[in-house]
Amino acid sequence: MSSDLSRRRFLALTGSAGAAAALAACGGTSTPPNTAPVGGNGGASYSGPAVTIQFWNGWTGSDGATAQKMVDQFNKDNPNVQVKMSVFQWTDFFQKLPAAVQSGNGPDVGAMHIDDLPTQVAQGVIVPLDDVASALSLKDSDYAPAVWNGGTYQGKRYGIPIDVHNLGLFYNKTVMEANGLDPEKPPTTKDEYMTALDTLKSKGIQGTWVSPFQFTGGFMFESLLWQFGGDVFSSDNASATWNADPGVQALTWMVDLVKNGYSPKNVGQDADYISLKNGKNVFNWQGIWQVNEATTLKNFEIGTAPLPVIGSTGGVWGNSHQFVLPKKTTTDADKSNASRFFINWFTQHSADWAKSAKVPAKTSQAQSADFKAIAGLSSFAADVQFTHFPPSVAGIGDALTELYTGVQNAVLLKAEPAAALGAAADKANKILASNKKKYGA
Amino acid sequence: MTVQAPPVRPESRSDAGVPGNSRTIPRHGRLTPYLFLAPFAVLFIGFVLVPAIFGLWVSLHDYNYLLPGQPWVGLQNYLDLFTPGSRDSGDFWHSMLATGIFTVLSVPFLIVCPLGVALLLNRAFRGRSFFRAVFFAPYVLGVSVVGLLFRFLLDPNIGLVNSYLGHAIPWTTDVPWAWVSLVAMTVWWTLGFNAIIYLAGLQEISPELYEAAEVDGASRWDQFRNVTLPGLRPVVAFVTTVTLLASANMFGQAFLVTKGAPANETRTAIMYIASTGLGSNRQGMAAAMSYILAIILIGISALNLRLSRRREAS
Repeated sequence: MSSDLSRRRFLALTGSAGAAAALAACGGTSTPPNTAPVGGNGGASYSGPAVTIQFWNGWTGSDGATAQKMVDQFNKDNPNVQVKMSVFQWTDFFQKLPAAVQSGNGPDVGAMHIDDLPTQVAQGVIVPLDDVASALSLKDSDYAPAVWNGGTYQGKRYGIPIDVHNLGLFYNKTVMEANGLDPEKPPTTKDEYMTALDTLKSKGIQGTWVSPFQFTGGFMFESLLWQFGGDVFSSDNASATWNADPGVQALTWMVDLVKNGYSPKNVGQDADYISLKNGKNVFNWQGIWQVNEATTLKNFEIGTAPLPVIGSTGGVWGNSHQFVLPKKTTTDADKSNASRFFINWFTQHSADWAKSAKVPAKTSQAQSADFKAIAGLSSFAADVQFTHFPPSVAGIGDALTELYTGVQNAVLLKAEPAAALGAAADKANKILASNKKKYGA
Repeated sequence: MTVQAPPVRPESRSDAGVPGNSRTIPRHGRLTPYLFLAPFAVLFIGFVLVPAIFGLWVSLHDYNYLLPGQPWVGLQNYLDLFTPGSRDSGDFWHSMLATGIFTVLSVPFLIVCPLGVALLLNRAFRGRSFFRAVFFAPYVLGVSVVGLLFRFLLDPNIGLVNSYLGHAIPWTTDVPWAWVSLVAMTVWWTLGFNAIIYLAGLQEISPELYEAAEVDGASRWDQFRNVTLPGLRPVVAFVTTVTLLASANMFGQAFLVTKGAPANETRTAIMYIASTGLGSNRQGMAAAMSYILAIILIGISALNLRLSRRREAS
């Protein structure tokens, strides 16, 4: 992982961010130029003079190491374009990036999640890149629809999909085998799931720890919500709908796992996953990003499978990383062409990116033999068809936070599922209304 | 500093007007004291005064520094915070309550325990420097280190503490246990700092006072009550004020160990302000919350200083 943010640069950055804030306060309506840089041929190739471009992202885990390797390869293959990558914690990333863009010190290329795009568009942090999509002749048919459509906002494309990362069933094969369950046949339906849990319970094992935190109890609830036929928000994203019947059924099922002793009470942060690795937990609804670590354990063999279908249909929580172009205060045609060229190159090499435990965004790559050869990932690719993404609405994260609090309230047995979801929906509706006013429809 | 000698002092009259030969000649220029103050003044004005005034201005707007316009809302942010049922009032006052609970629970321990430690460390025994270092050591750790450490020690199901206890006590996911955890880890973490301040205070108390008390037949307890405590009074006032403010600004411990669980019951005011201002980019509302918190803290600090001054006077 490289971080080339020197102290001096940091000071310059934060200083100018402060100055920008002060200026914005005085000017009121001052905005940097809003035009997208001249894109040349959209990044199909680069033939300009040597340039160095900055690439910021929040890949602090093994994905950061993979990305750095790819960047090194790119720099070797293309001496005229040198990419410098900086990695931040995602929370820091979304505080630093807007400030840097405002002060003219933003990077040339960035990566963020699909649901971050609208907020950053509304705040003037990123610019459209339709030209890149057309230059690369990217088509909606190449992608799962949700991934492709998630990169657009108000009719313009702001994100080039890199990957899909979704939830799957992680299961401890070693413990299953030791307790008379077939490790090659993980449960796929509600009945199979409950039968397996009952077997484990009879041996004194609480087989599916339910986390009260967003990671990954909140994602588990959203998956179940879709499985029971519900949705998180209304189709116009004006109100929360998780408190309707499907949501209550989904959360009741989760809470009953705790009440009936299939999960311990008061599961701590990450304890659901750590206990899977310790052999205390057997089935964990966990994110694909843990595959690389889980499959290298020595004491236990961990398998991955599509999520079991508890409700009436498939439903899986997921998200997607997308390339974005931060707004620049000055237009440098060479840099902007080089940035597009880098995005193009990276997208074509997303088979390498998959090694950081992600499903490539392009369907053809996700179904390629190369990808299927990577241990533990193919089940996640199979689930992409059922994967739902957070909606493209500015400030949606604030409303989702309320959902996760509601789920926590119920899983910790502090409130009944219906009441917890209802209270969370009331708060979220207020947030949605005030966001709509703030960011425009 | 006046250049002219006062005319009423005859012995200096002969020197008057003779430069370089007078006791009344200025030892430094008029600007000297201000120049000495300048570095601090610049920092204070730049990083405290201006931001504070700017913050007040921000709190009167629906402020998001990334959006093109900052609509003026007057006192609406403040009114919203005092209007039950608004988007923020419930959560904000809940987080203020959490901060209040933490402060009330932690401050007594953070005042008394370090005093006990300081008294022990002030006695002459072998390895004293070593133990002084040991008690101070946790304080040099960052909150992220301490937070992660305690998160795994105190995990309800896979933590070391419960493994020894043999019970699944919800140290990080339920109240009142979460408060016990947060207070205990804060005491362990910051005890050394207050202990060092007390220790400095103890060393300021003249040994002759203890000798005199001993001659008068005072017991150890009498000495503690009548020599040590009065001698430490200004130090106690300082420690109390600093600890109150530090506890009221608690953020990292809850942010890392409980993440506000259960259902935001341990989300402190600073956590809520940070997520409003930096997470949701609603700087106007966050500034208004900060001002309410600041005013309450100023009030409490003033009260505390007044009480300790009255005690001193009596």
